[in-house]
Amino acid sequence: MDRQVMAVGAKRHPYYRRRVLTLMVLLVFLFSVFVYSIITGSVKLSLVQVWDCLIERKHTPNETIVWDLRLPRTIVGMIVGMCLAVAGTIMQGVMRNPLADPGIIGVSSGAALMAVTITIVFPEHLAVLPIAAFVGGFITAMIVYALSWQAKGTSIGRIVLVGVAINAVVGATMSAIMLLYSDRVEAVLPWMTGVISGATMEQAKLLLMYGVPGLLLSLLAIKPIRLLRLGDDMAKLLGHHVEWSRFFLIVVSALLTGIAVSVSGMVGFIGLVIPHIVRMIVGDDERVVLPFSALAGGAFLVLADTLARSWFDPVELPVGLVLSFLGGPFFLYILYKRGGLGAFRS
Amino acid sequence: MLFVRDVVYRHSDSFALEHINLEIREGEITSIIGPNGSGKSTLLRIVARLLQPLEGTVILDGRQLKSWGQKELAQTMTMLPQLTNHLLDITVSELVELGRYPYQRWATNLSQEDQRVIEWALNVTNLTSYANRFLPSLSGGERQRAWIAMAIAQCPKLLLLDEPTNHLDIVHQLEVMELVRQLNKQWGVTVVMVLHDINQAAQYSDRMIVVKQGRIVYEGAPQQVMCGEMFREVFGIDVHIVYDEDHQPFFFPKRRRDAAAAKQSHSSTVGSVIHGVM
Repeated sequence: MDRQVMAVGAKRHPYYRRRVLTLMVLLVFLFSVFVYSIITGSVKLSLVQVWDCLIERKHTPNETIVWDLRLPRTIVGMIVGMCLAVAGTIMQGVMRNPLADPGIIGVSSGAALMAVTITIVFPEHLAVLPIAAFVGGFITAMIVYALSWQAKGTSIGRIVLVGVAINAVVGATMSAIMLLYSDRVEAVLPWMTGVISGATMEQAKLLLMYGVPGLLLSLLAIKPIRLLRLGDDMAKLLGHHVEWSRFFLIVVSALLTGIAVSVSGMVGFIGLVIPHIVRMIVGDDERVVLPFSALAGGAFLVLADTLARSWFDPVELPVGLVLSFLGGPFFLYILYKRGGLGAFRS
Repeated sequence: MLFVRDVVYRHSDSFALEHINLEIREGEITSIIGPNGSGKSTLLRIVARLLQPLEGTVILDGRQLKSWGQKELAQTMTMLPQLTNHLLDITVSELVELGRYPYQRWATNLSQEDQRVIEWALNVTNLTSYANRFLPSLSGGERQRAWIAMAIAQCPKLLLLDEPTNHLDIVHQLEVMELVRQLNKQWGVTVVMVLHDINQAAQYSDRMIVVKQGRIVYEGAPQQVMCGEMFREVFGIDVHIVYDEDHQPFFFPKRRRDAAAAKQSHSSTVGSVIHGVM
């Protein structure tokens, strides 16, 4: 109803107000979560104490807690969440499939395989784990893309099918390694569900160095996604290089996922669900969905992590677990309320 | 304007286009008709460069189609495929804006020229008041007009349409066909379209091309092409041809009194024949 009333003669997009409102809510949410994450933990801090540490740089006992423990963790969580959500947005756009997430082209499983191999088989080289995980994810994605290439190009159906097959092989290899070295499996278990505990300032800086350029690069993905969504033929007829742009999008998505997975392990759910939630609220336009997903993904991951480490104190749950607990019901709520998956209604 | 020279295309053993030659003249509306599976859509897709022919060439404006740049081609010729993504949840004006893509460089902002063309495209297709409506909320005919608006926002000299009236009711069919005629007469767009409805093709085109089993079997003005012989040869049916006050030919099929006999002799073709006419 409101769609029609708004539409006639209105110059602005019918969702304009909703989008502005959502942006403001997201910014406030992101900021509050940031603050909440810094003050919460086994030692509760007041806002004044945090201010003293962060801005005034006073040498208080809390300084270590804020600078060495909570701030890096919050930054890591935020960047990881942003990367995963954006990677998911891109994948859903490229694959035109509501269930597409970075996992589908094998990035996650490839990264996981490398990480598991390093942790279990070559624990002495643990230092290279982030790089190895990134390389593993990237190579797997390239293999999937190359194998789905036929005479004149790739098709989405083929990429998805090849991805399923490669994921199966990689997954089996990983299980085999874990069974063969079952005495050392303990070390990788938290990594399998996703953890950002133990993040150091060094890690946070490194992540900022890779993650921020990656996220900026993803802005270039917006236009290709919008064109590809018209269908391959239509995009070609508009003069768009479909094969190149699909390759570029997969590379960007693999890059972002690789960055995230190498630091935090297999944090699921964000890449799949955040873009959908955003899309259901603000409509199906990548110019809005992509940046909003980044904000929502970052905020959501930090919130989940804060809850994971504070609610069950002294036990710390893996963040992936909390994410699924929180996100699943919220996703269902939105799904029922809005009655569909936007562009993917069937 | 456009020549197809000796084009051969093979998709499988059972389907092939063999040595197609044809000319599309500037300023005309040309319709391609023929039974299902005769290769008319394939021919259109080759002309649009969505398929590469095995042999032969397509020449557009005196240059081989292969040598055209992507965006350059998109500024000169475009096609509306038969199936468009009808669940695309964007507004009409957003769709039409995408039609300006071939003219844009890195900047995402629309130039004044872009704005002007978009307004024109919405105006011509009678969609100005629907600019902010979402595609899924439109009727089939309105949606088809929105896609046509996007195509003409590219300002093509040559517009290819693959069954533009498919799945539309009769009112919307007429609307779309009148729009095509207006684009041709008023704005000088050369049109090539694949049509199922032969009467519509005869009524709205300057020239008709009849394709059967990957070959062009008839070609010419509707008055020449619409004859009993053609229907018998291509579709295997007998028809009455009548003319309206403007001397436009119409056909209607004769009842098959010898249906039983025909079934035996044509058993393999009957299915496609009936479909072809519908």
